[in-house]
Amino acid sequence: MADKGASLSVAKPSTMEIRGPDGVRMELVVNGVSRVLHLEPRVSLLDALREHMALTGTKKGCDQGTCGACTVWVDGRRVLACLTLAITCEGRDVTTIEGLTEGDELHPMQRAFLEHDALQCGYCTPGQIMSAVALLNEGHAETDREIAEWMSGNICRCAAYPHIRSAIREVRDRKTGQ
Amino acid sequence: MTTGSTLEAVGRPLDRVDGAAKVTGSGRYAAEFTPPGTAYAALVGARTASGRIIGINTGAAEDADGVLAVLTHRNLPKVAAPPHLLPSLAGHAAPGESFFPMQDEVVHYFGEPVAMVIADSYERAQFAARQVHVDYARDASVTTLDEGRDQAYEPEAIFAGFLPARSVRGDIKAGFAAAAQRLDATYHFAANHHHPIEPSATTAVWDGDRLTLYDATQGIVASQRTVAALLGIPPSKVRVRASFVGGGFGCKAMIWPHVTLAAMAARWVRRPVKLALTREQMATSCGHREEQEQRIELGATDDGRLTALRHHKLSLTSPFDEWAEPSLSIAAQAYACPHYEGVYRLIRGNTMTPTFTRGPGETTGMFALECTMDELAHRIGVDPVQLRLRNHAHADPNTGHPWSSDGAQECYQRGAARFDWQSRNPEPRSERDGNWLIGKGMATAGYPVFFPMQPQRARARLYADGSAVVQAGTQEFGTGAATAMTQVAADGLGVPLHQVRFEYGDTDLPNVAATVGSAGAGMISAAVHTAVTALRDQLIAQAVLDPASPLHGVDPAAVVVSQGRMELRDDSGTGETYRQLMERHFMTDMDALGSWSPPAPDVPYGLATFGAQFAEVAVDQDLGLVRVRRMVGVFAPGRVLNAKTARSQAMGGMLWGIGQALLEGAVTDTRDGRWANAGLGEYLLPVNADAPDVAIEFVEVPDPVVNPLGVKGLGEVGMVGAAAAIANAVFHATGYRARELPIRIEHLL
Repeated sequence: MADKGASLSVAKPSTMEIRGPDGVRMELVVNGVSRVLHLEPRVSLLDALREHMALTGTKKGCDQGTCGACTVWVDGRRVLACLTLAITCEGRDVTTIEGLTEGDELHPMQRAFLEHDALQCGYCTPGQIMSAVALLNEGHAETDREIAEWMSGNICRCAAYPHIRSAIREVRDRKTGQ
Repeated sequence: MTTGSTLEAVGRPLDRVDGAAKVTGSGRYAAEFTPPGTAYAALVGARTASGRIIGINTGAAEDADGVLAVLTHRNLPKVAAPPHLLPSLAGHAAPGESFFPMQDEVVHYFGEPVAMVIADSYERAQFAARQVHVDYARDASVTTLDEGRDQAYEPEAIFAGFLPARSVRGDIKAGFAAAAQRLDATYHFAANHHHPIEPSATTAVWDGDRLTLYDATQGIVASQRTVAALLGIPPSKVRVRASFVGGGFGCKAMIWPHVTLAAMAARWVRRPVKLALTREQMATSCGHREEQEQRIELGATDDGRLTALRHHKLSLTSPFDEWAEPSLSIAAQAYACPHYEGVYRLIRGNTMTPTFTRGPGETTGMFALECTMDELAHRIGVDPVQLRLRNHAHADPNTGHPWSSDGAQECYQRGAARFDWQSRNPEPRSERDGNWLIGKGMATAGYPVFFPMQPQRARARLYADGSAVVQAGTQEFGTGAATAMTQVAADGLGVPLHQVRFEYGDTDLPNVAATVGSAGAGMISAAVHTAVTALRDQLIAQAVLDPASPLHGVDPAAVVVSQGRMELRDDSGTGETYRQLMERHFMTDMDALGSWSPPAPDVPYGLATFGAQFAEVAVDQDLGLVRVRRMVGVFAPGRVLNAKTARSQAMGGMLWGIGQALLEGAVTDTRDGRWANAGLGEYLLPVNADAPDVAIEFVEVPDPVVNPLGVKGLGEVGMVGAAAAIANAVFHATGYRARELPIRIEHLL
């Protein structure tokens, strides 16, 4: 699969250098803002966001890639921040739930989640919303069945699933003018 | 409802008041507070289920970068007093088990904390925790029912002594002698884990001798009392905060050792400490639904009237506590069966003390009863809904007292209509859709109404501009309580919704008990309603006494308040606003404390919430796959405070039934007593593709007994009966009668 990020790293093999294991300087662009951090290379993107940038909207549910609560976008694609090292995101655009809101204006998907009560405890919700918005962009929301399948990487233990589907459906239909 | 207000906001499908914070990610959960200098604690769990620590090498961990301390049984301070399990609804200290780890070298269960590493970063703490090397002298262990069957015994009582292990009514032998039909079935239930998506976590911050805990808890007061008791400090020195809690489902209902360990760690290193459990540690740190077996013996007449019910449960508990989830309560009360015997038997094993898990007890107990009822219906050729209606208890069969409110029959009837039950062909394997066998099943839902043991309190403040702040020391973990209480406060005070802010999540606020066992909505709404109506009545009384008020001299009982205006019920032109009264008297604001005393435990009424569950499944006859296609649930929870969040509560419970029926089973590796599937990759939870659309209706029956607003709660009852309806549908589809949960593919091949 063609991937902008992957081709970037292949293109510059001569710049490879050994960094770490102690803390190293890294520069991350999160929600359009550049941030300089000093972190050990083993720090995950998830912990970098939550513990070092005060961006706690991205949640830690399992830290092993099974629950989807930490879903963020890297270069526009949804990834699990717990399985991504922060240092590998240098030179990429990271978007978190905090980057979805324009000022005080909720994103249409956030509004739909609120109106459809597609959440209860709210802990999986940022990850659900980051997946849901990506799902529409990916074209994986044609049918309820497709939504259910492509949202199944985001576990909601409160089981708001039917409401999550209806929220996504509403945003999809509004987008396509149905 | 007392006079003086009308219900305008209560019941409406208001969006969650905390919803914006949740969809934007701005709400802060317990592990999301990082004061300057925060250190991170990591727990090391025992690698055996039974034995003694004979050597513990902490040198490598202590030498690792950034490590501040390594605590083991050798240096961890002793707790001030050994903990004693007490359900958190009591409002006291509520340790989940009568045990505190790292007090000596003995190991009682796999995963029991044996060391705690504190370091200056999360990664360094996790790394160093893996460098702690522990040697054990291992003893034989019992970690499954099968391993301990020969040691089973009947205790005097279970559940911290609150429930007798044996209960009897009538003459069970006579009941079976009168039976034309007898059924005898034994059901096995795998242990279950809660796995809320937010792992339990505590951030502990000391300021001198005062401690603040940000805790993921269903009971901030329970956290406060438990930690204070274990540390031997006054509760007034401990403040617990929880503005957002990422699900509980019972595993945050009792207070487990990690909360106090976080406080101990912070005191030791003299820095704030954050302790978040890992996903695997969630399986060994905050209880579970115990592995259990239930045997139902049923006697009935040929037309299906029950004559005798014997319900025995055998379950695994810890070395410390005689705990069994109370599985025999609703099953003993749902039907008018004159002769009954219920017995709990226990095996002491090497697990931690089991605990409340959604639908605690009743969801397994009603699975056993409702599957057997389905079997009876099939055998005698009576429609399953008719069989329930025929046996419905019109009064509590244990006491003969009338129900405080009922509604069960309407639940059956509306559910059957909504589901189109009457079109079902009762013959198993009679309906197909391609390669899928289609089945339809139903079951009764029920859950007791529990009361807290102490007065429940809330405070209300009205400002002269008409805005109000209402406070109670509760917490919101997805139940919708924050939203519902805003509605209750607005109506009780007679002000518009947008003028009310409900504050919670802080033990500095008036105390209410932990929100467990579906008791939350009833008891918090009672406290809030009592506070706001006390405030309203004070202001009405002041107006009535005030010669300058248009209401001077009227009967206070004739005054109602709407939109912040006190006026005569029969003459709305006569009145004035709160604001006018307060400004005239130079008052900036006014407070009232409300204290609601729950009914006495021996109130002469039967107390339960009933409902009816319906499910349709499709079973792939070649692959054994089961798909739940649709579910209908109708419940009679008294008054519904918010139609939207109530629906979500009920729906969540019903979909938990899919997990119980088809997916969720914790597996024990008996060699070392380890949960073999502690992570979410192995312990299967329902995901979006497992969850069908769900139809839910409420039958609102006034209940003048339980609390001022007649609220019986919804968190648990939505799950009870759901798994049985699914299993009964699987029988209808395939002819396979489930005796073991979860139902697995291999059962159907």
